[in-house]
Amino acid sequence: MDKNDWLFEITPKNKLLDFNFKEIWAYRDLLILFVKRDVITLYKQTILGPLWYLIQPLFTSIIFTIVFNKIANIPTNGVPPFLFNLAGITAWSYFKDCLIATSDTFKKNEAIFGKVYFPRIIMPMSIIVSNLLKFGIQLVVFFLFYGYYVFQVVPINLSLNLLYLPILIISMGMMGLGLGMIISSMVTKYRDLTFLVSFGVQLLMYLSAVVYPIELMREKMNEYAWVVEYNPMTTIIVTFRNIVLNTNTVSIVEIGSMLAISFILFIFGMLVFNKTEKSFIDTI
Amino acid sequence: MSDVILKVENLSKQYRLGTIGTGTISHDLNRWWAGIRGKEDPYLKIGETNDRSKKGESEYVWALKDINFEVKRGEILGIIGKNGAGKSTLLKILSKVTGPTTGVIKYNGRIASLLEVGTGFHPEMTGKENVFLNGAILGMTKKEISSKLDEIIEFSGCERFIDTPVKRYSSGMKVRLAFAVAAFLEPDILVVDEVLAVGDTEFQKKAIGKMQDISNTEGRTVLFVSHDMAAISSLCSICILLEYGYVKEVGETKQVINNYLTCKTNTLLSNVFFKDDLYLKSFKLLSKQRERIDFVLFDSTIIFEVEIESKREIVNDFILEFKVKSDSERVLSTFSTYLNKYQFKTNGGYSRKLSCVVDSVSLIPGKYSIDIIIIKYMEGDKLAKLSDVYNFEVVRSNNFIFSNKIKSKFHGDFIMKYKWS
Repeated sequence: MDKNDWLFEITPKNKLLDFNFKEIWAYRDLLILFVKRDVITLYKQTILGPLWYLIQPLFTSIIFTIVFNKIANIPTNGVPPFLFNLAGITAWSYFKDCLIATSDTFKKNEAIFGKVYFPRIIMPMSIIVSNLLKFGIQLVVFFLFYGYYVFQVVPINLSLNLLYLPILIISMGMMGLGLGMIISSMVTKYRDLTFLVSFGVQLLMYLSAVVYPIELMREKMNEYAWVVEYNPMTTIIVTFRNIVLNTNTVSIVEIGSMLAISFILFIFGMLVFNKTEKSFIDTI
Repeated sequence: MSDVILKVENLSKQYRLGTIGTGTISHDLNRWWAGIRGKEDPYLKIGETNDRSKKGESEYVWALKDINFEVKRGEILGIIGKNGAGKSTLLKILSKVTGPTTGVIKYNGRIASLLEVGTGFHPEMTGKENVFLNGAILGMTKKEISSKLDEIIEFSGCERFIDTPVKRYSSGMKVRLAFAVAAFLEPDILVVDEVLAVGDTEFQKKAIGKMQDISNTEGRTVLFVSHDMAAISSLCSICILLEYGYVKEVGETKQVINNYLTCKTNTLLSNVFFKDDLYLKSFKLLSKQRERIDFVLFDSTIIFEVEIESKREIVNDFILEFKVKSDSERVLSTFSTYLNKYQFKTNGGYSRKLSCVVDSVSLIPGKYSIDIIIIKYMEGDKLAKLSDVYNFEVVRSNNFIFSNKIKSKFHGDFIMKYKWS
């Protein structure tokens, strides 16, 4: 047999850019099945079932409204505080859920990864997609309340900026996935990061202008405002609010740079993940 | 058929011992620094042979070292070896679960693995949903699974439970279902690791039959790892024996198994001094062909051979006893010169070989050890007791015990030969 006649090879080292997109595509059914699994098994043996998708953001928004707006008197630029918080929380929890779930990929799936091969990236990708479904439902709820406010309470103008929403969602997904993949790769060797993620995400929420408008930060603590401003998540949350609540103009530059940052994070995450997947089972 | 479908070249796998902690970072940095300067990984040079019982110098061991072999299309290759010989590591690399440290595996076609089936089963999902999920994990498309769904369910024999969540299944049913999925996977190379350990006899026969089908009629290749010599010898035409990460032998199954069973794990004792000028020169467990063995096939003939030397003449004034103990230290049987009045003589200054032939070993498959006891006949004084001088394992043969579900706790210590009519 000719030496070059082999169809496949298993070799020790990965090239840096060694994405086998054909292979990932071949496993697309697996991606769908994982998503299906996540969705149908999440609320099995619960009474309220998928209603939990709605309860979480609604109750968090109510509590935030009471604590931050009624007690602490944080202004919301004329937007009803409940709607302001619901918008922030809906966007934030998509990112948060993606990040937390993907950062656990290798550890949580050790048993299955240790026995069968399939492109590992399918796993975090399926998490992003199943969270997207959850996000979709939450977005619908948000728009229901939004409609209620628009027609009943305070008039808010709808804007064409809503067309940016898909770009924003892609951007959030890529950022959550990218960061999650980086962390999950590092967790295989150094468990320290698990602790960092669980409380770091909590802290990050406060640095991402979820519970206050960014203008307030500039006004009150101008010398530290850059911490919040340079946080890519802030851009996402603020832009999301601007789009859906039409509170401020949306700059194309901002959306473009946000997309670029998420894309870079995503690619970097893929690189790190790809490098780890071949031998993580020995170090985990 | 000289069509080589899989070729393994100089395959090695290194593992780091000990825990991963702060020290790991410094090694990682060293490695990275060497990589930047274009040098070889400094830790690759220092690995040691993987012998878990000896204390080593290095933190790094070779779980596999320079493995070379080829498999032809349609062959069933058996992989045998003791625990820690590297069998599972080899299969893990073959199924791409982990990468090799050095070396290459080249192959044509799809490899699918069956390492401990049932991975990826989600307890909350029904049998049918799990068939789809498991099939997809193993690399099938939804269309492929749909077209074979009926066959899979029928083969598994779980038709009645197929719409019940898998968490309600018995472990045997889970294995059946999982094996059924894998059996219809139609990979070019199927990797199987000890799946048959669970499941009843009927299913095992079915599974072994399926594996033979896969290789004979469909021309697919199977790599099969097992401790079950009976299954290996009935399935595989060629066999690889691994020892401490090296390929010890490749060849015809019968020959390789024979060598494996006779391979020496016991360190022989020599020249142990008893009281009264008595020496125990050696003790061995032999097969019928008088080869040293550590593994005993059920129902085979074995020989205990002891060599004793004394400075003076002995005429029947000692009792020699071998006690066979189970791994829970219970004495199961005694072979005594006294009990069947064997005249035990030695001439002064000479050594004397004594053989005790056991016609048919009826101990249930499992691990055993032997104590040697010498008693002075008249006084009844125990002159010496040597504990655990020899360890051996009884393995099941296809002669009488067909099921590998046999367990000493459950089925007793001995199996007497019987016939049903």
